[in-house]
Amino acid sequence: MEPLVVLDNVNKHFGELHVLKEISTTVGRGEVVVVIGPSGSGKSTLCRAINRLETIDNGTITIDGKQLPSEGAELAKLRADVGMVFQSFNLFAHKTVLENVTLGPIKVRRKSRQEAEKRAMELLERVGVANQAKKMPAQLSGGQQQRVAIARALAMDPKLMLFDEPTSALDPEMINEVLDVITGLAKDGMTMIVVTHEMGFARKVADRLLFMADGRIVEDATPTDFFDHPASDRAKDFLSKILTH
Amino acid sequence: MEVILDNLPLYLRGFGMTLYLLGLTVLFALPLGALVAALRISPVPSLRVVAAVYTEWLRNTPLTLVFFFIAFVLPRIGARLDYEIGAVVALTLYTAPFFAEAIRSGVNAVPVGQAEAARSIGLTFGQTLGNVILPQALRGVVPPLINVTIALTKNTSVATGFFVFTLVSTGQRLANQNGDQVIPILLGVAFFYLVITIPLGQFADRLEERVVVNR
Repeated sequence: MEPLVVLDNVNKHFGELHVLKEISTTVGRGEVVVVIGPSGSGKSTLCRAINRLETIDNGTITIDGKQLPSEGAELAKLRADVGMVFQSFNLFAHKTVLENVTLGPIKVRRKSRQEAEKRAMELLERVGVANQAKKMPAQLSGGQQQRVAIARALAMDPKLMLFDEPTSALDPEMINEVLDVITGLAKDGMTMIVVTHEMGFARKVADRLLFMADGRIVEDATPTDFFDHPASDRAKDFLSKILTH
Repeated sequence: MEVILDNLPLYLRGFGMTLYLLGLTVLFALPLGALVAALRISPVPSLRVVAAVYTEWLRNTPLTLVFFFIAFVLPRIGARLDYEIGAVVALTLYTAPFFAEAIRSGVNAVPVGQAEAARSIGLTFGQTLGNVILPQALRGVVPPLINVTIALTKNTSVATGFFVFTLVSTGQRLANQNGDQVIPILLGVAFFYLVITIPLGQFADRLEERVVVNR
């Protein structure tokens, strides 16, 4: 598989805390990689580092053959190609749903308003919230907001989508509507890195599963191998705690 | 009362100059303050330092000292300014950091996730600020900006000591000429300041009552 994202020996500290320890991995084009692990294991930091919302201390991150620029217009250009979906949705609070989706295409891709709105409506249709296009984000449920956030990221035609715990802030009844959208994207061949606590979803959608603990990638396996035959004690311990119900 | 009505032209002259100083200073200090606030939150460390040093230095210096600097130090190095222009320069340099801090506090009140989302769709720092952060910060920023403007209105009186004929100059001159009517004369001066500051305060109150962006 052609590599799209390459992490080589990435380290990061938050003060004394070593949150990412010698992380090296490759995500191929079209691959769906799900990252799981206990809280504080560094999985969110890893996800955020890939579009440089977190800086790294050393090591390199390469996306589509280009090393991540450190600041400025080059970095903005790279981020435009990497979609990001946050735990807390982060829709622009002062803009309508439709404006949230068209802002990037208009300002960054220089599309005409008409063209951007047409594409935005298609995407909102796809994630099932087209009828909310004129509303403000605060008028939508969490699940709807998160689906709008996915549409906003897709509107940039990204090469890669990053999901940072996309369902952790949602009421249980809204989790599936969001996971269904993400699963649909995976089926369409989008390259994705998904940080999640939803094990059923991870098993279903992942091509590869990374298990992180204490800032390291402890296991890198297919979902079947990981859930049925975890290799490390750390993973066995983790699974025994979450799969007992 | 009569002394005020009899000398209305002199009051209006002082009032006019006070408004002139206020208007020009706001005109220059507000953009300068916005620029300083932008530098202060920019991703470039050296720009942040420049903005922080300027802000802390001017904000913690008495306004009179800033006036002295403009009036007596600048001419020594060859820059000679009109008294009125000098006053506007001094007031602008002094007020911009207060505007900057008001804007910065409004910007800081916008959740950090908004900026992260803007950056993650590829907006540059300037686009993020202009399209996402400032529009949300603005409503919260207007009341403190007005407070600074009210303080500025009163600060224009410092120019009196530097050969500019403000409302206070009106009071001084009339009080010298009419020693027995100092109280109504000064009340008249205060009245004209209130004509500016009270509407500003009411405007700020009304804005504060309106709800900020829904989250």
